[in-house]
Amino acid sequence: MINDFVLFGVLPYVALVLFLLVSISRYRTKGFSYSSLSSQFLENQHHFWGSVPFHYGVLGVLAGHLLAVVAPRAILSWNAEPLRLMALELSGLALALVTLVGLVNIVVRRLENRLARRVTTGLDWLVYGLLLLQVGSGIGVAVVHGWGSSWFATNLTPWLWSLARLSPEVGFVASLPWLVKLHIVSAFVLIGVFPFTRLVHVLVVPNPYLWRRAQVVIWNRPRIHRGHGG
Amino acid sequence: MDVRSQISMVFHLDKCIGCHTCSIACKNVWTDREGTDYMWWNNVETKPGTGYPTKWEDQEAYKGGWKSDGKELELRSTSKKKIVPNIFHNPSMPSMDDYYEPWTYDYKELFNAPEGDDQPTARPISMITGDPIEIQAGPNWDDDLGGSKVYAANDPNLSVLSDQQRQQMQAIERLVMFYLPRICNHCLNPSCVASCPSGAMYKRGEDGIVLINQDRCRAWRACVSACPYKKTYYNWSTGKSEKCILCFPRLESGQAPACFHSCVGRIRYLGNVLYDADAMRAAALRPDNELVDAQRELILDPNDPAVVEAALRSGVSENVIDSARRSPVYRFAKEWKLGLPLHVEYRTFPMLFYVPPLLPVMSVSDGALVRSDVDALFADIEKARAPIEYMGKLFGAGNSGKVRYALRKQLAVRIWRRHVTVGDVTAEAASKALLEADCTVEQADAIYRLSTLATWEDRFVIPPFQREAAMEMMVDPHEHRAGAGFGFREAPRRS
Repeated sequence: MINDFVLFGVLPYVALVLFLLVSISRYRTKGFSYSSLSSQFLENQHHFWGSVPFHYGVLGVLAGHLLAVVAPRAILSWNAEPLRLMALELSGLALALVTLVGLVNIVVRRLENRLARRVTTGLDWLVYGLLLLQVGSGIGVAVVHGWGSSWFATNLTPWLWSLARLSPEVGFVASLPWLVKLHIVSAFVLIGVFPFTRLVHVLVVPNPYLWRRAQVVIWNRPRIHRGHGG
Repeated sequence: MDVRSQISMVFHLDKCIGCHTCSIACKNVWTDREGTDYMWWNNVETKPGTGYPTKWEDQEAYKGGWKSDGKELELRSTSKKKIVPNIFHNPSMPSMDDYYEPWTYDYKELFNAPEGDDQPTARPISMITGDPIEIQAGPNWDDDLGGSKVYAANDPNLSVLSDQQRQQMQAIERLVMFYLPRICNHCLNPSCVASCPSGAMYKRGEDGIVLINQDRCRAWRACVSACPYKKTYYNWSTGKSEKCILCFPRLESGQAPACFHSCVGRIRYLGNVLYDADAMRAAALRPDNELVDAQRELILDPNDPAVVEAALRSGVSENVIDSARRSPVYRFAKEWKLGLPLHVEYRTFPMLFYVPPLLPVMSVSDGALVRSDVDALFADIEKARAPIEYMGKLFGAGNSGKVRYALRKQLAVRIWRRHVTVGDVTAEAASKALLEADCTVEQADAIYRLSTLATWEDRFVIPPFQREAAMEMMVDPHEHRAGAGFGFREAPRRS
């Protein structure tokens, strides 16, 4: 019981506090390093089969998790029909497999290609190890303990909301199988190490590009007349 | 009218001897760091040739620059529509293979090798991994290989020539080549700036120098694909793109950029021009064969009172306008129409102008003898060994007329000077040549002087940068008295 409390009542807070404080302080003091070190320039073929499936897969999987947290009732009523439940489960599993294929390609590429290996740091390997554990355990859960979309909504969503209310109700997770617990714990470890690693690029997604004008002009002195160009 | 000042350049290709001194000066000052080892912000190519990175002019493959249907301008590489699905893998990104893997030699081995029967050797080792590598190619591997089947024959610009013309260019007695030094063009309509997802790239308002904010660059690499000249480079070590900064710290203290200053042939000229930023978009939409004229029309006459008034209203200061009046670039590119932009069909309006090389037939083989033929020096440019269409593809967006005009004028100046200094050309013949080339005697003398006798001050007319005034806008000098002069900058390291 005490272990459960540490893992599901304390660890999430430690991870979230680390995430918040380090993300902000690194942005302010080490802004230069706030990106993912792309290696596409060094190896341009295999890169496609790693990066593209991984990113699209993981975005889909994370969107599914988020949906279960914010709209558990909608998920449950969707799952009331067995056919719809099957469809949801299978598409989740498919996305996870796409993620895994991408991740394995990423790791193999960085092991095989001597140039890509040169720019892979110890922290990168830690990230890839944790991601493999995370995706692997997630797929394991989906295969061994089916209908996860339903019991996520009934057990994990209330637990996550209890964390948000600062009164963790560990009971919701204590009875879950060890594989699910592993998936949860490694998720929070990932959140904790997130701000120290290349994962920070998620926080600086360049969305302003889509609505800024084409040319950027920076003036040192204020201008009297400003044209259309910037 | 939104008048701005732009630092721009002229390279006089008839004077380039291909010595690569400019490249070395730049390399030593800016790109001898890890991650920049493969970059040549300044490089010198042999034309016809494939260049660096290999076949950079082939935009079907590299997708650089803008494309236009006459109504809209769109990036060929990652426009706003295309960036979203392609953000995880840039589809038109060149890789290190397109440049070369930088190497050094294992010099230690020469000293540390154990005693033996053989001479120790210094094997080539990769500057990235330190492993021994087989060198496949380098940045100027096609140097002087004007007739090469591997390099010259694969020049993308040869596509405009007929098979017969191409074969003629390969014939040993007609072999032709010239040097093409290249730096960042600091374009008026830079596609690299427009492509940057992070908004890290920008043009400096006061002088038009294109820079990358190293703190805001997040390694999306879009600029590398978008620049049609392949003059932004990805630093594989810091994960930031870098490019020619036109030695702005030198310019700000009144010095010429390192490559300009070190140029042995004195082919390089630098000065500012005034242009109308409001007219740029419409100009960029004009059809290919009008683009040279469109760019010339953007450049404004600094002696025109209406332009001066508009410039002052736009915040260009009196002494910057005065500097534009003395600019050698204005004379070459606008007044004399000798300077031409390289591949203006990419629609970025490059502000580096090239005076195309004459490449005359210098000698004629007469049986076993090779005799120098003075008459051939002044032969018609149509007989020049490089087909005019080839030059038109490089410097006229396919409009050979622009190149023909520039070459004919250069030739007329040469004939005129022959008349003045040697005297074996009659005054009538010389005047006729000038008249046909749309050139007055005064202009011919001015071209002659600026091409051959120009001093440092004539070649580099550096406008006042007024950085001291700019600093006062940002910090109060009295408040910061006795403070740390250089501020606190973060070292460019990832960890």
